[in-house]
Amino acid sequence: MATALQRFGRSFILISKRQFSNSSTSCEKKIAQQSGKSLNLYSAINQALHIALETDPRAYVFGEDVSFGGVFRCTTGLADRFGKNRVFNTPLCEQGIVGFGIGLAAMGNRAIAEIQFADYIYPAFDQIVNEAAKFRYRSGNQFNCGGLTIRAPYGAVGHGGHYHSQSPEAFFCHVPGIKVVVPRSPQQAKGLLLSCIRDPNPVVFFEPKWLYRLAVEEVPEHDYMLPLSEAEVIREGSDITLVGWGAQLSIMEQACLDAEKSGISCELIDLKTLIPWDKETVEASVKKTGRLLISHEAPVTGGFGAEISASIVERCFLRLEAPITRICGLDTPFPLVFEPFYMPTKNKILDAIKSTVNY
Amino acid sequence: MALTHIASSSSRSIFLKPISTALSSTPFLRRLISSAADDSTTLTIETSVPFTAHNCDTPSRTVETTPKELLTLFRDMATMRRMEIAADSLYKAKLIRGFCHLYDGQEAVALGMEAAITKKDCIITAYRDHCTFLGRGGTLLEIFSELMGRQAGCSNGKGGSMHFYKKEAGFYGGHGIVGAQVPLGCGLAFAQKYSKDENVTFALYGDGAANQGQLFEALNIAALLDLPAILVCENNHYGMGTAEWRAAKSPSYYKRGDYVPGLKVDGMDVFAVKQACKFAKEHALKNGPIILEMDTYRYHGHSMSDPGSTYRTRDEISGVRQERDPIERIRKLIFSHDLATEKELKDTEKEIRKEVDEAIAQAKESPVPEPSELFTNVHVKGFGVESYGADRKEVRAVLP
Repeated sequence: MATALQRFGRSFILISKRQFSNSSTSCEKKIAQQSGKSLNLYSAINQALHIALETDPRAYVFGEDVSFGGVFRCTTGLADRFGKNRVFNTPLCEQGIVGFGIGLAAMGNRAIAEIQFADYIYPAFDQIVNEAAKFRYRSGNQFNCGGLTIRAPYGAVGHGGHYHSQSPEAFFCHVPGIKVVVPRSPQQAKGLLLSCIRDPNPVVFFEPKWLYRLAVEEVPEHDYMLPLSEAEVIREGSDITLVGWGAQLSIMEQACLDAEKSGISCELIDLKTLIPWDKETVEASVKKTGRLLISHEAPVTGGFGAEISASIVERCFLRLEAPITRICGLDTPFPLVFEPFYMPTKNKILDAIKSTVNY
Repeated sequence: MALTHIASSSSRSIFLKPISTALSSTPFLRRLISSAADDSTTLTIETSVPFTAHNCDTPSRTVETTPKELLTLFRDMATMRRMEIAADSLYKAKLIRGFCHLYDGQEAVALGMEAAITKKDCIITAYRDHCTFLGRGGTLLEIFSELMGRQAGCSNGKGGSMHFYKKEAGFYGGHGIVGAQVPLGCGLAFAQKYSKDENVTFALYGDGAANQGQLFEALNIAALLDLPAILVCENNHYGMGTAEWRAAKSPSYYKRGDYVPGLKVDGMDVFAVKQACKFAKEHALKNGPIILEMDTYRYHGHSMSDPGSTYRTRDEISGVRQERDPIERIRKLIFSHDLATEKELKDTEKEIRKEVDEAIAQAKESPVPEPSELFTNVHVKGFGVESYGADRKEVRAVLP
């Protein structure tokens, strides 16, 4: 099991280097032309935070253990460089951290809050849903907390168990007023995080913790932003569209490669921003391929895949040649010993690709 | 020869039994019970430091004990220590997955508490729960099996390190989210008060969790309703890597209940813990909630991914080991009352090591849970979870 994961890890790095840097949008090309250093995901996040604090004297980073660098080393060196007044530890109190961030942001600051694990975000759920998301609306635009960005590592790591592995993104996608963003790679993480920090809306930014050290690619050193609410076709194909986000894309990528060997051409889309999401890109792709598969780690029932599926049926009903398929986590609590069964693995996706294409 | 034979044959099953019953088979204790120092002998011991009280009386520093209790405490504490060291190696050998938080250094809290209460009193704690479970009568086999995710574990291998439970002994578990177990503890206490069964609940949390808002919400309810809830702050001085004074404006956790009385206790002295818990139980049954702050120390890092040496000095750790170690304190007491020789205690420790190794070997033999177990216990049986197959021709099976 462990060796299998390691093997997967290594192959992912190769795939990510080859595949994800070959993207076709003009914005990406511009970035690719700049010389960059090879960085892993946590270093890319670290670089983005350095830039955010450097370019905006009203930006602050706070959370549990962040001034020591954080448990995943994302905030290393920030306190030394910008001082303990702008980068500071908080007590262990998630509700307090987010509420504090909302207040700080309401005064026109950039509040960058860290929740140590996405599994710990639930005590702060009330603050995010009732305070942050509705502040602008209920004050008739007098107040807002648009400067608030909440960073939280999410997802499986192979052996995290019940409380260090969950993917709670769908809960937040049900809340108008916030944005939810998930990056797939170091280069994406840096550009998207800077966009989130500078976006005039409160954003929840979920970082795939499996990839913190595993994913390595060239990341430009300069300050750049990637647009929110813009999905990206990271692999073009004609038979079926696959939609995903974050760490799951690397698994889907492998399924696409295997499907290719069976003569199936897959189009892979990274949604990047889950709310408000880029329906047009997905719609255009499904109109071309006639088939759609969505995959995420969170349980299938009520997951964000359900929303994508419903929207695409509304828009592409007559163009669909097979039912939309969701390959997601099972409807169980995130398990400890059964993680390999729970996960939406490459083979599950590959099987679903084949049965959808041969429907 | 015959005696050693009996001892070794009975020790094979020791790890299947709760620790205190397994004790009767240790050779030196048998010698002791049959010798002059019988059970009726009482020893008077002074706690290491006086208690500090907030809005309540202080219990007496003088504690009575028996030779049997002293030796039992030594054995139980040494078992806990050995067990955690073994868990450390199992984790490093990747036989334990998930997150693993070790209790070594804090043993006196779990055992002192047990010594003062009964199994009808409830205990609820966070994720540093291995030794609390052992104290409640759990077995080494259940512990190591659960740690390694095997069927013989106390949660059938489905919980892992952070999720130990023992319903029949009033152990409401192992909870993964910091501070979340304390409101639950107040609910337990209400049920106890309502049924008038004169029992109490000990809700344990750490110094990091002491800053969670829900703790104060729970405390307020408990005080309003005069619940027999005892909030035990196991203050090991570091909430993960953050020293208490960095995270708390007032690190006097026993005073933070304001209108709720509190007591500061040397959590490295098992008799001080015992005395305080006895006092707290009486207080809670009569007057409602009370906070106990146990001044203790963990030798390991917060979890296995924390080396535990970046935010505190090695001198600090070795200083606590030398000055305040709970096992060494008991060892000294045993010697000063001439209850056992150095060799006899060393032999006990060797026996414990063997029991732990045997329990690990047996736990490794236990199979991992059946794959169908992934779908059980999500809802009540009959309200099964749907599993989705990849091939839509034979999708949806409703599993038990």
